[in-house]
Amino acid sequence: MPEGHLLEFRDLTKTFGTIRAVDSLSALVEPGRVTGFLGPNGAGKTTSLRMLLGLIRPTSGSATIGGQRYAELRHPLQTVGATLEASSFHPGRTAADHLRVYAQAAGLPAGRVDAVLGLVGLADAAGRKVGGFSLGMRQRLGLAYTLLGDPGVLVLDEPANGLDPEGIKWLRGFLGQLASEGRTVLVSSHMLAEVQQTVTAMLIISRGRLVYEGDIAGLTNADDVATVIDAPDREALARALDAAGVAYTQIRAGFSVPGTEPAALGAVAAAAGVALSGLQRRGPALEEVFLELVNGTRVENGTRVEGGAR
Amino acid sequence: MSLANASRSELTKQFTTAMWWILAAVLLAYVGVTAGGLAATFGALSTGAIPAEATNGSAMPSDVIPPLIYSLATSVGYVFPLLIGTLLVTNEFRHKTLTPTFLAVPRRGIALGAKVTAGVVMGLLYAVVALVAAVGVGALALALVGVDTRLGHAETWAMIARMAAAFVLWTLIGIGIGTLVRNQVAAVVGVLAFTQFVEPIARTVATLVDGVSGVTTYLPGAASDALVGASIYTSLGGASASALPWWAGGLVLLGYAAALLLIGYLTSWRRDVA
Repeated sequence: MPEGHLLEFRDLTKTFGTIRAVDSLSALVEPGRVTGFLGPNGAGKTTSLRMLLGLIRPTSGSATIGGQRYAELRHPLQTVGATLEASSFHPGRTAADHLRVYAQAAGLPAGRVDAVLGLVGLADAAGRKVGGFSLGMRQRLGLAYTLLGDPGVLVLDEPANGLDPEGIKWLRGFLGQLASEGRTVLVSSHMLAEVQQTVTAMLIISRGRLVYEGDIAGLTNADDVATVIDAPDREALARALDAAGVAYTQIRAGFSVPGTEPAALGAVAAAAGVALSGLQRRGPALEEVFLELVNGTRVENGTRVEGGAR
Repeated sequence: MSLANASRSELTKQFTTAMWWILAAVLLAYVGVTAGGLAATFGALSTGAIPAEATNGSAMPSDVIPPLIYSLATSVGYVFPLLIGTLLVTNEFRHKTLTPTFLAVPRRGIALGAKVTAGVVMGLLYAVVALVAAVGVGALALALVGVDTRLGHAETWAMIARMAAAFVLWTLIGIGIGTLVRNQVAAVVGVLAFTQFVEPIARTVATLVDGVSGVTTYLPGAASDALVGASIYTSLGGASASALPWWAGGLVLLGYAAALLLIGYLTSWRRDVA
């Protein structure tokens, strides 16, 4: 079984002219779980990953895999599998030949090509030219490339782009399985919803800086929970809530009451004799928390990393 | 990760797309038709089968015709190894395959070394194709019109070996240009413009204007012709045989290849891949 490695970003910085694309990024990515690397487009995710993979030279700081820089790895493809874009193919080359090129470069046995094509469900398309592939098939071929060397570390940049819902579900299960085998899996995405069900740890960056490092549970507080309550007679309901001293905001579906459980609100309505048409607990809106983190209106005191100082 | 594995990978890249055999087929047809046609024409003129009054030039002595015909492999065909060398690199930029290439071979020097190794093999392969066209078809045509093919002479075979060397060097020059120019369309257009227009015109001007030939002798095409020792351009252009001995021509060509590869490696190849 391949060995997962700890990935470490240490004060990683990259400037392009006057723009700090990545700004003092320090973070750890542990083996044995799927870590999401999140941030809006242009936040510096791809630049960070490219520095980790030795494709971009950091302005300062370092990014290492099990303590080694990528270029120092003795067997890179057997250590780290990575895909960075869905279009790194010569359109006139077949899928199998594409993989054969890199299997040879890494000194891997030719049998790996068929093996990984089977793993990603492309066995039937092995002899077809990549130019005719759909985006989803290209993503699968990219994934096949990352698996060529059976590496302990997987780095995937926006792997869900272009996958249909079935493909996304498949990818989730696949990444989870790879992590459960002890591998390090780092997956970037600009959409929280896309990876929310897959990842157990998260790094969120915005404008090149780390704004959150931790698990999904730590992303939200108890008062992020809200209860949505509605009645055919909204005026009566509003009066009842006012009388009980409950703060609420009116939304299209009724009233949203933050930090209060449905049972308490049901009791308020019952006491006032208001018949309800809806009473529902709404979980933390992760997407909103994510957006607030990213645009700087929310600061996670417990886990926020200040200026790269750990 | 080793240079041997990386080189094997580079060669697989070459042979898993259609470009190599398309270029080889065009090279074979282009040089073959030119060599066959010119061999028959010059041969027939020298034997008197075509009367000398039919042309405005004097007939060539029959012993200079074979090397002239054979050298068409390089004097006409040299743009092909140059193109395949250029494409060997610019394809990676064009199709963004430099990312997976550098992930598999992170040491950039080894990655470029693998391209050079593959370039040597491709250069030799194209040399074989061009020589089959120029020497094979050319000798056949000469034999048909009754001119000695000179294939029994050692100097002919020495020239053939020098042409193979020229093909390898042209491929390496192409790799150097590819690393520097990066943009495939710009590189290919630049290579075609320089080899088909700029240098031929400069060399033609040099035959008419005194002093210019001191510079044009060191142009890559002129150096290549010097290395080979014969060329349709120097013969028909009226210029006396190139000022450079063959080994000096080879060194000039090698110098171009080495300089372009070194500058390409230092300024472009080690750059960030975004």
